[in-house]
Amino acid sequence: MPANNLQLDENGKLQHFLSIEGLNQKILTEILDTAGTFTSVTDRVIKKVPILRGKTVANLFFEASTRTRSTFELAEQRLSADILTLNVDTSATVKGESLLDTIHNLEAMQIDMFVIRHKDSGSAHFFAQHVRPGVSVLNAGDGQHEHPTQAMLDMYTIRHHKQDFTRLRVAIVGDIMHSRVARSQIHALNLLNTAEIRVIAPRTLLPVDTESLGVQLYDDLEQGLLDVDVVIMLRLQKERMRGALLPSEKEYFNQFGLTQERLNRAKPDAIVMHPGPANRGVEIESSVMDGNQSVILQQVGFGISVRMAVMSMIVGRSGLQASE
Amino acid sequence: MHGNYVALPSVETLIEKLTQALKPYFPSNLSPADQPIIIGIETGGYWIAKAIHQAIAPGNDLGRLNITFYRDDFTKIGLHPTVKPSSLPTDIDGKTIILIDDVLHSGRTIRAAMNEIFDYGRPQRIILAILIDRGEREIPIQADVVAETIQLESGNHVKLEGPDPLQLTIKSKVEHAS
Repeated sequence: MPANNLQLDENGKLQHFLSIEGLNQKILTEILDTAGTFTSVTDRVIKKVPILRGKTVANLFFEASTRTRSTFELAEQRLSADILTLNVDTSATVKGESLLDTIHNLEAMQIDMFVIRHKDSGSAHFFAQHVRPGVSVLNAGDGQHEHPTQAMLDMYTIRHHKQDFTRLRVAIVGDIMHSRVARSQIHALNLLNTAEIRVIAPRTLLPVDTESLGVQLYDDLEQGLLDVDVVIMLRLQKERMRGALLPSEKEYFNQFGLTQERLNRAKPDAIVMHPGPANRGVEIESSVMDGNQSVILQQVGFGISVRMAVMSMIVGRSGLQASE
Repeated sequence: MHGNYVALPSVETLIEKLTQALKPYFPSNLSPADQPIIIGIETGGYWIAKAIHQAIAPGNDLGRLNITFYRDDFTKIGLHPTVKPSSLPTDIDGKTIILIDDVLHSGRTIRAAMNEIFDYGRPQRIILAILIDRGEREIPIQADVVAETIQLESGNHVKLEGPDPLQLTIKSKVEHAS
């Protein structure tokens, strides 16, 4: 997906946030550093800074979302933006003209920034191509392509607990094929020079191009978890599955469900992550999800800071060099 | 050295002057909890605040303010992720705050700093202490305590560099909004 250059302006600064692919390590690190400065805002009496004051952000959710939508909304509100959230129910494929019509109608309302989730891969990119100059688009998940803010909050969580990516062994477990989160995570982990990225999944849930992403493939969970520092569980995306990719949920849990016993094969201080919503008893055992190695709820909170960071960088992009 | 040469006193001398001028705000009969809170504006103001805090009230809280998010020119200046985030004592309600910055110029930094402080609570009083007042205000803000007032040619800037050693330099037409 050639989203690459569209995301950066002529000075190499972020103007849209569409995919991790096409970004560079400098931008990713800047997002993580900036998110760090925003975590303190959340601890204050008035949890607001005036960065987006007077700007209007439209959240367009063509696909259901709770966590991503609400953390985007909170991030926008904490930056003092005026916000508009549309949950657009789409049973038929909406693209081409009708999506363009949506864009133009909203542009007539003087929207400064769009956050968009859509079930079609490439839709955020399509949106970014058609908005007026100066208007920015953030991808909140497009089909099976990417979910870049989720990947960045995951990177933030990993860095918060483990600091140096170059010494880490990270395992991503589960439904890789349907996961835009996994794609974004793999790109981000590669850009941050992660020592080893393992992908653990049944062969039927691996896309054909996975190996070309620079990861180690495992179809055995117990082997794959050996000595890892970070375990990222993915949700089994039942709604996206067509045909007989899986025998049954019970069978899946028996082979790929994360239990404490299996987790014990990872390093003793390994952390367990999940982008949510989790299917308890399908990809992860309840006690592991609530256990002391789980940082799943922390991820949600970090999601606000990371989204604040991305939006601030976009708004502040015409600034001087950050090193000044 | 760029621009016209203006003789600047040493930073140590100026910090000492500021320290002496601020001492009366810290009467010894008040407990540390009732004394003013010293807050420095990142980065130069915080370096000075640290020195003054050490000299006057090392046992009290010291606050750090990063006003980036409150600047009225944020969309032009952007973020500086390398600057440390604000960290203020948890409760500033009803307290006296000694707000410290290195250079007072347009007054916009101080306006942004006060906006940020009020998002943490409602202080009883804010005292503004400045190392160098170089004039050319753009908004009606004045300092309560000033160590040195200087006149600079328009377009020139005085900048505190540091932290080790702290040094004042005058630069011509370099981007440094204060």
